[in-house]
Amino acid sequence: MIRYLAKRLGYYAVLLVAAVFLAYALSSAALGPRTYFEAKQPRPSAASVDRQLTALNINDRTPVVERFATWSGGLLLRGDLGRTIHDTSVNEEFGRRIWVSLRLLLLGSLLGMVLGVAAGAFGAVRQYRFSDRALTVLSFVLLSMPVFLVALFLKNGAIAAKDAAGHEVVPFVGYETPGLTGGAGAHLADWGLHLLLPTLALALGGLATYSRYQRSTMLDVLGSDYLRTAEAKGLTRGRALLRHGLRTAIIPMSTMFAYSFLAILTGAAFTETIFAWHGMGEWFIQAINEQDVNSVVAVNLFAAVAVLAAGFLADALHAALDPRVRY
Amino acid sequence: MTAVLPTAPAGPRPAVPTGRLRLVLARLRAARGVLVGGAIVLLLFALAFLGPYLTPYDYAAPDYAAIRQPPSAAHWFGTNGIGQDVFAQTLRGLQKSLVIGLLVALLSTGLAGLVGACAGYFGGWTDRVLVFLVDLLLIFPSFLIIAIVSPKLRGAGWLAFVLLLALFNWMVTARVVRSMTLSLRDREFVRAARYMGVAPLRIVLRHILPNVSSFLIIDATLAVGGAVMSETALSYFGFGVRPPDVSLGTLLAAGTDQAPVFPWLFYFAAGLLVLFVLAVNLIGDGLRDALDPTSDRSGT
Repeated sequence: MIRYLAKRLGYYAVLLVAAVFLAYALSSAALGPRTYFEAKQPRPSAASVDRQLTALNINDRTPVVERFATWSGGLLLRGDLGRTIHDTSVNEEFGRRIWVSLRLLLLGSLLGMVLGVAAGAFGAVRQYRFSDRALTVLSFVLLSMPVFLVALFLKNGAIAAKDAAGHEVVPFVGYETPGLTGGAGAHLADWGLHLLLPTLALALGGLATYSRYQRSTMLDVLGSDYLRTAEAKGLTRGRALLRHGLRTAIIPMSTMFAYSFLAILTGAAFTETIFAWHGMGEWFIQAINEQDVNSVVAVNLFAAVAVLAAGFLADALHAALDPRVRY
Repeated sequence: MTAVLPTAPAGPRPAVPTGRLRLVLARLRAARGVLVGGAIVLLLFALAFLGPYLTPYDYAAPDYAAIRQPPSAAHWFGTNGIGQDVFAQTLRGLQKSLVIGLLVALLSTGLAGLVGACAGYFGGWTDRVLVFLVDLLLIFPSFLIIAIVSPKLRGAGWLAFVLLLALFNWMVTARVVRSMTLSLRDREFVRAARYMGVAPLRIVLRHILPNVSSFLIIDATLAVGGAVMSETALSYFGFGVRPPDVSLGTLLAAGTDQAPVFPWLFYFAAGLLVLFVLAVNLIGDGLRDALDPTSDRSGT
């Protein structure tokens, strides 16, 4: 198992390098930082534009491979992600925003997965009863909604609740109340409240996807011989389901986790923008509109590492749950 | 964003004898989903392409005498901030979104079938290179790449946007097709064709692809819904269809801020979007139950 995981890790490292270069080349080719500087008032001279671009290592007249070498050299030697178009440090911005996004990503994906697996297992056990049907309909409707629409519905609901109650019921802007006084407890409660809607927007999509898959794999397991054997050994139905049924049924979910993480990253970018969270997603959309190459690359790097980490986690989970993975 | 996900590795399949009645019932249920979904999709297409003849208003014509009016007999969906008829606008947006969804699904599923089948059939280096390419493209959420490239395509119109969406939407399907091809490759009829000296590419097209066609049909159906969702999301954030062109995404973007006060600017477009994707998913799910009895992703 260790050998298998080490092999996967090596492959992921190669993929990561290729992917980051791809992102770098693409961002450099597609974005036009030169136009950003040329549009400044009063209009700077051509020489001064060139100088500024070169200083930021985003001059399109330098070959892209050379720029990439400079950039990756700085990253590998000093952990330096370069400068933004406003000549501030990308690292500082990155450090500020990553925690905002990770909070949302981890909570949203975990909550979606746990709820989805629970709902799917529950639906399978109560197949064709009313509760199962209701869950199926709900997951179907959720699957047919883009995440940004779910987020907008939640936000509009919060606005409507505010108008009806005359005061804010659930916060729908930002991730903390500015100027909040009080101890750590008050801060935590405030964070939790602000997390509620964005996390829910992310988790609902996960819930829909996971529950459908979990339900169908669980149904396969429910009719299986070894479950009957476990019950014949004297385990109660509930214990047999938990110990033997759920474990087998969760295995395919680990593969799903890796793929669905892509969707969650995308969803988080939308959710952040809608709820005015200053996270990675918002930064990305902003950076594209400002032709800020290094910031765009930094967000891509974050996404690539996150996706590969999720993939590796899925591999590890798969290997741990499924004794057949030994090659 | 795609609703299409890889087939989970099949667990041990129970040997439950399926009664004829149960099978027929399951088929019927599937058929019902396909019929209901199909009817909704047809109705929506009719609405999108014939609906404009029901209204005297042009989608782009402003009317400063009727600004932000609620739905009425004159303006069925009300009017927006510059007095344009929301009904005409929504139909126009629906047209665009439907066409984009269909085209993207066709292109991306076709590409996925071809790449997956070639990788699986030829094996060796072809396989390695293609799988590496798939993995590479799967590292980034496609939204990131499309958003980066889309400003470059600003002048190229919406067909370029369709190509871009299709180009980053085929990888997961290609993977599944590849693993299906691996098991098809050693079947007698493929071997026979090979020993008879049929050209490899011809074998892929004539023997492999038809045998994964039911999966591809299901996948293409679900991809329509996924593509429409991607289109609206990208357009919503200004990376897809751009004003003055109208799609459901641009309508939602325009109506968002006013949704709490002027709900008709937002909820008609949102409702039609969800209804369409829901109908497509119903069809896809029903087809999966009907065409693919061995699938471990059976729906209801």
